Amino acid sequence: MSRSWRIAIVLGLFACAVVLVVFTAMAYIATSPPTVSYLDSQPPGATVHLVMQTDGVVGSATGGAAHPTWVSYRIRTPKTHAWTHTTLVYLPAHSRIDVTIYQFDSGSPLRNQHFGMVTGTIGNDAKLNGKTFKVLNSYDTPNGQGVGHTFTVPSLGINVPLEGNDTSKKTFCTYGPCDPATQLHTKTTFAFTTPGVGNYRFQCFIPCGGGRYAGNGGAMQTLGYMGGFLEVRA
Amino acid sequence: MSEDTGFQPQSGAGAQPPGPGRTPPAGGQPHHFRRMIPIWLALALACDLIWWFVVGPHVPPGDMSTSAVGAQFDFNVLFLAAAPVVLAVWVYLAYAVWTWRASRADAPEPVGGPAARSNFKVQFWWIAITTVVVLAAFVFGTVELIVPAGAGGAEGPNPIWKPTAKHMLVVQVIAQQWKFTYRYPSYGGMQTNTLVLPNNTWIAFHVTSLDVIHSFWAYQIGVKVDANPQLDDVAYTKTRQTGTFTVRCSELCGIWHGAMFDYGKVLSKSAFDHWATTTEKKQAVNTKYLPPFAWTYSPTANGATGATGVNTSGQSPFSPEQHYGATPARKLVRSSLTSTATPTTGT
Amino acid sequence: MSVDVTPAVGVGEVQPPASGLLSRRPAWLSQNLVTALILMVAGYAFGHWIGNVISSGRVWVTTAAENDAAIVLGLLFGVVGWLLGIGALNYPLAKLIGRDTVPQERTDWTKYFRFSLTHKVVGKQYLIMVLLFFFTGGLLAMAIRTELLTPTTHIIGPGTYISIVGEHGTIMMMMASSLVVGPLGNYLIPLMIGSRRMAFPRIEAASFWLFTAGYFVILTALPLGGFPTGWTGYAPLQNQAGVGMDSYLVGFLVISLGMILAGFNQIATIINYRAPGLTWGRMSIFVWSVLITSVLLATASPTLTIACVAGLLDRTVPTAFFLNVHGGSSYLWQNLFWFFGHPEVYIMALPGFGIVAELLPVFCRKPLFAYRVGAAGLVGVGLLSYFVWQHHLFQSGINPDMRPLFMLTTELISIPTGFVFLIGLGTIYKSKMRFEVPMLFCLAFYFNFLIGGITGVFLSDVPVNVTLHGGFFVLSHFHYTILGGLVFAFFGGVYYWTPKVLGKTLNKRLGQIHFWMMFVFFNLTFFPLFLVGLFDQPRRVFEYAVRLQTLNDFASVSAYLLGASFVVFVVNFVWSIWIDPKTAPANPWDSNGLEWQTESPPPWYNFERIPVVLADPYHYSEPVPVPVADLAPDNFAEAAGNGVAAAAMAGAGTGGASSGGSSAGTQDGSD
Repeated sequence: MSRSWRIAIVLGLFACAVVLVVFTAMAYIATSPPTVSYLDSQPPGATVHLVMQTDGVVGSATGGAAHPTWVSYRIRTPKTHAWTHTTLVYLPAHSRIDVTIYQFDSGSPLRNQHFGMVTGTIGNDAKLNGKTFKVLNSYDTPNGQGVGHTFTVPSLGINVPLEGNDTSKKTFCTYGPCDPATQLHTKTTFAFTTPGVGNYRFQCFIPCGGGRYAGNGGAMQTLGYMGGFLEVRA
Repeated sequence: MSEDTGFQPQSGAGAQPPGPGRTPPAGGQPHHFRRMIPIWLALALACDLIWWFVVGPHVPPGDMSTSAVGAQFDFNVLFLAAAPVVLAVWVYLAYAVWTWRASRADAPEPVGGPAARSNFKVQFWWIAITTVVVLAAFVFGTVELIVPAGAGGAEGPNPIWKPTAKHMLVVQVIAQQWKFTYRYPSYGGMQTNTLVLPNNTWIAFHVTSLDVIHSFWAYQIGVKVDANPQLDDVAYTKTRQTGTFTVRCSELCGIWHGAMFDYGKVLSKSAFDHWATTTEKKQAVNTKYLPPFAWTYSPTANGATGATGVNTSGQSPFSPEQHYGATPARKLVRSSLTSTATPTTGT
Repeated sequence: MSVDVTPAVGVGEVQPPASGLLSRRPAWLSQNLVTALILMVAGYAFGHWIGNVISSGRVWVTTAAENDAAIVLGLLFGVVGWLLGIGALNYPLAKLIGRDTVPQERTDWTKYFRFSLTHKVVGKQYLIMVLLFFFTGGLLAMAIRTELLTPTTHIIGPGTYISIVGEHGTIMMMMASSLVVGPLGNYLIPLMIGSRRMAFPRIEAASFWLFTAGYFVILTALPLGGFPTGWTGYAPLQNQAGVGMDSYLVGFLVISLGMILAGFNQIATIINYRAPGLTWGRMSIFVWSVLITSVLLATASPTLTIACVAGLLDRTVPTAFFLNVHGGSSYLWQNLFWFFGHPEVYIMALPGFGIVAELLPVFCRKPLFAYRVGAAGLVGVGLLSYFVWQHHLFQSGINPDMRPLFMLTTELISIPTGFVFLIGLGTIYKSKMRFEVPMLFCLAFYFNFLIGGITGVFLSDVPVNVTLHGGFFVLSHFHYTILGGLVFAFFGGVYYWTPKVLGKTLNKRLGQIHFWMMFVFFNLTFFPLFLVGLFDQPRRVFEYAVRLQTLNDFASVSAYLLGASFVVFVVNFVWSIWIDPKTAPANPWDSNGLEWQTESPPPWYNFERIPVVLADPYHYSEPVPVPVADLAPDNFAEAAGNGVAAAAMAGAGTGGASSGGSSAGTQDGSD
């Protein structure tokens, strides 16, 4: 074998290795969930209407979830109003965000009742099915279903508990995406103002990643299910 | 056994025969250490002086609390000891590389033999000096740990090095995935999102976790305590200055570990009292639903039924008043906030 | 039994037959890497099926929607399939049914892809494998530094980031515990002690193939979703993690078994297979370091094995060893892990000490200074390393009143570590240093390890530890000791021994470029990270304070260039070995070491006659040259008149007697 042949072989093998590594890395990064953008759905400075739902079982109907039995958030895409299985959302900076969350999951007591109190929203309160409230006693909520999930953005001090649903009801949503028009849910609305540009994580403080220690495995530790980023852009 | 000379026990430097391998201090040979030591002394002195007077006062974690001051002082003292050691090796290495390189035109041939294989004096003093330095570091570290009541580090559920101060503010740090919350037993057991502390006060941090292991790291006030589930872990410090400090989790706790931080505040005593009383009122709507205050909380701790958090010693519900004296802690803190007497430090 | 001059047991294993192959099967049919891979996949499928049969439908499996038992059994059976496929179990299985095996050692290139019992083949296999581990972990490190380019914008998501951090740490720890003992230990120890083989060739090969299996197992963590615990695997986060955690536990389980086997094999070899005359006092300091490392490997690793088994039971059965809430203890994992983990830290340091102490005399042309102090230092570090593990738990709240004691033991360990500096600095005193590439790495070792060691004293001081614990300061500290210490020493060893192992010299110019890039950018990467740690950045975070961005970016860019230095090494290695090979002189560094007294590369039998060792290998610049060994001991009778030889005979006799009595072969004649 001549020297140039050897060089060619080595370079060829090296190229294969690089391609393999790049391909693996890209494939791995591509597992990241999609982002829903609320940036140009409204004129600049106008109030943004962020709509989300929480499903007890995310289902595999849309979004091709890797774990169809896990609990998850879903975000409504502006304009098309399609439910996207993700927890990444772009929001405009220094704007009022009106949030509506349709909660379809059942409920339980919070591990720390501290997260039963509404904080960080405009007026430090929220509306549960149209009724203003400041605290949910997760051991005994207005309808006795406990708290299903919370919407919490720790770095902005935002925390809103979302009441749970009665699993025995016929219209209880067994797998997502759930339909607010026909299926049993609680509707929580509140508003907050976005700060400057940055990534603000949100998560849930109900131990809802079942089957794992302290209920915080699986969905709780996977981007796109029970935790994500509010990415505030200019 | 003539080949084994290298392994003969050295009966002492003086007893060594001046064998062929032993270099006599010939007149032409420079005395290497006479050249190295002044360079080293100058560098070490300059380094230590610059550190102590210029850099040292700015070394983290600063001077917001007694334990922060202690950590800064200890770091600086260790640096003063470490810099000459490091410089000694570096100066020697640099000198050796320059002087004894083979590429030097007049490089003398090295001499092997017994003298090059071992030297009792050198070995003895090397071992003796390192041992003394190490033992000194140990004694220094132990004193600095015990005297300032644990130096802001974790002392477990039954601390043996406690401040002798009569008045302490008890703050419970509750770690959960992925946020710290803070409970003030002296203020109706309220729980808050942010940590606020009064100035010039001994603080007893009782750290626990509701799920996995976290580590409560209040950076500028020099406190770090692991938060373990079902365990109460205590640390003490005394605040010295008002201002803001960072709280970070320093034990990997899952996906949001990196985002598990917030900012605490040290306020003047009166400002703290104002903050605490108003917050206590504001939180009252939720405080009534919280489980009774306890050092640890079981996963089934329930404010509605009164099923409490159980502390490890089985006392439930636990009373911080019992733990820290007969007077209710709230009154203790109140009186300390108005008291002019400075609590003393001690073991 | 300090002496064994008999030919290797089962000559057929080691001795290639004169004509062709012993095996009757064609080469492509007999067991090799491909059959191993096939059986590994089949084993995984089988185990996965069994696991599903056992556990599906259990409440904890359905609620988690992940079946740990299936994954764990899949991985375990995959490893068994791997061992079956490579042929590691042929001998024990055949013996079980009372049959003999057909020796399958081959002489062609395919031996490198088979279960080889030749220590020199295993050494080369190990070298490729540790480099594969190292470069995989290195690529992951590049990914980590990429994410840390920005404080709040995320290139990699937080979950993926944590997985990559854990994967990097685990792969690097697995790599570092075998980095020297694997390739250099297996290849060089028999040569350095004048033996033809390791004590247990099958165990030696099994340890390598277990190590390799560990690579595949730990890589499965990424497609399985990764594990969020970092390399320390703290419970109860471990109990909470997804199925990627199973790869971590099975991976460390498999690796720890390989470590135990490798350790025992080295101990047995060094104790029993030393050539006549190779007394403890004449042994190379590198052999000493491998011996002590092996003792740590063999005695510390079982703790890890047990911890992994308990962790796997917690996740599958499920038991509650590590769950406080069910009566277990999260401290138990921390104690078991660090009781292994701290000796492990010295498993990753001692061989580096050995390499630099071995190389310095050669390039200084002076005997090793204070040899006995050096050997005592290695023993001392090894012993003390068992008594320091709780310094990892200083802020954990366990045994807070024991902290002064562990502060003491931790600081005490710097005394024997100081011995290693003493022997190095003493050796270069009034020497004549040749700055060949291996020598550059040795000097860099002393520079880096000094920083790593001194910062360790800061960390051992409990009050200072309050600020530094769990931060980037710790990270920098152990990168200075492992990467700056062990890996630098390892590359020095690679440049030094490649002419021995492959008979080719690595290009000096490229070697110098590799060294200077690695040295400069290593320091530029990790020195700023000390400051980052001091300024409050905890380890394993994907977000950090904006004010630390400059330092982090500086470290990241340096890290890329540090990574590039290894590309230079690979280019150099491939170029000098394969593309443009230059035959090396028999003893290019003019070393006295016993391994250099035979041909390069050594013949399969290493030494034509088992040599009689006459002296330690550090007799440089003596007025009368002292040969390290008599390589043709049959000439003894003739040489009897020679004073040197006669003295050596006496030494050999006492050496044999002092370490156990029996003497064989040539010694009998002289006594």
